[in-house]
Amino acid sequence: MRVVIEKISKTFEDGSGGQTEALRDINLSNEENEFLVVVGPSGCGKSTLLNIVAGLLPATSGRVIFEGIPDTSRPHTAVVFQEFALFPWRTVERNVLYGPEERGLPRKERREIAQYYIDLVGLTGFEKKYPHQLSGGMKQRVSIARALANDPWLLLMDEPFSALDAQTRTIMQDELSQIYEKTHKSVLYITHNIQEAVFLGDRVAVLSRRPGRVREVIPIDLPRPRQEQIAMDPQFLAYADQIWGHIRDQAKEALAEEGL
Amino acid sequence: MSEDCQARSGAVVQDKTAFMVRREHRLLSLIFILALFGVWELIVRLGLVSPLFLPAPSAILITGYKMALSGEIFRHIGASLWRIFWGFSCAAVIGTLVGILLGFFSVAESIGNPIIASTYPIPKIAILPLLILWLGIGEYSKIAVIGLGVFFPMVINVYTGVRNADPVLIKAAVSLGSSRRRIILKVILPSALPMIFAGLKLGIGIALLLVVAAEMIAADAGIGFMILTSADLMQTTKLMFGISILSMLGLIFSWLIDRLERLCIPWKE
Repeated sequence: MRVVIEKISKTFEDGSGGQTEALRDINLSNEENEFLVVVGPSGCGKSTLLNIVAGLLPATSGRVIFEGIPDTSRPHTAVVFQEFALFPWRTVERNVLYGPEERGLPRKERREIAQYYIDLVGLTGFEKKYPHQLSGGMKQRVSIARALANDPWLLLMDEPFSALDAQTRTIMQDELSQIYEKTHKSVLYITHNIQEAVFLGDRVAVLSRRPGRVREVIPIDLPRPRQEQIAMDPQFLAYADQIWGHIRDQAKEALAEEGL
Repeated sequence: MSEDCQARSGAVVQDKTAFMVRREHRLLSLIFILALFGVWELIVRLGLVSPLFLPAPSAILITGYKMALSGEIFRHIGASLWRIFWGFSCAAVIGTLVGILLGFFSVAESIGNPIIASTYPIPKIAILPLLILWLGIGEYSKIAVIGLGVFFPMVINVYTGVRNADPVLIKAAVSLGSSRRRIILKVILPSALPMIFAGLKLGIGIALLLVVAAEMIAADAGIGFMILTSADLMQTTKLMFGISILSMLGLIFSWLIDRLERLCIPWKE
């Protein structure tokens, strides 16, 4: 299985005839079991790219192809949103059950799947809680379990931890890394956080801003499983510095523009 | 931390927001209501006001007791409740369905919204003569006018609820494989539930208003009928008892809807 993003461009039109070019000629591929991170300054269209891959937004040109998928019963993608996007009227368990329900799996199998992923993300004992009773970190765990329970070919994560506080974020990065070791799903991960990109990614694609284009794809040659301490590793810092070198001018530009 | 206990002098910082703490004064509410009735009773007993214009609370209670014994009051309450029940429940169901259609399908919205916008402002009681012409003077015209009154707040609230459904939840459902029909059932409908209940609460008040109005125009039973005939016969105590029944019905209805809401929306904080 391989996901190929082929010459994707996206131009938004606003109501008054103005046009914003968000993405231009994006070529990327996500290999089987690969953790691919897309990093870029704000306004580089990285979330737009994810939405296009998820089929939640049409591309202006180009296409996304899932190569070599043997059976069609599994969904192509499942998304973990920055805003968690949990159904507030469903308990933790029933949120995780949503995908298997929609796929029409038998009741017993659904329950087993849901329980497996609830346990995997460390929410055992919280099955009957409603989302509003959970902290941000726990909500995002539910969202991850819900996406995984649908067994997608490619897991899409759209800045999943940027709504969390710094400490929770560090913990969640660590746990996601462990979950990845266990599931070895193909992941397309969007973030603006360079540390996070290096920590999680097998490869990091750096996007420029407006229009978003791929500046460089950097393979991260750090051993797995990775733990928090790796962030002190000189090699880790070198990668982070390399990425920051691509982004810093543009991030400043973005800042100046927002200030206008 | 032995310093803690030392005697100190100086300006101590006070909580300046103490007045913002709202407390419940249950006893006070009760005492005030009782006092109000007490003063009312006293004014009538002392002959300051003629009981013909303002009967004493005790007289109203006694009249109510007599009407309950003879079963007369239950005939009126039953007639009104029956009309409210059919008008309200039909309008609640149809209003919810129409609201969802308008909110979800742009074609329905383009057709329906102008019609609703132009018929909504009509005072429903003004349509009653027309409804009587169409449906006869019996129960159907009364049920229809109540239904019309409840229908509009239902449609408008449900429509708003559907339109305000969080788009990211719909995206999440799509990405988890839901079809459009499933999304309406599993995302839109629960998202709109709080607004559906807001519509029901508005609707029940309107239903009570319209049933009384309709019964005053043409009926041979019902609270509205009872109030009007009591006034014609200068039976002020009976009239006042009818009004108290309406107050109680209103309270009971909103209590019931509150209970139902808590039952249907257990995720509400």
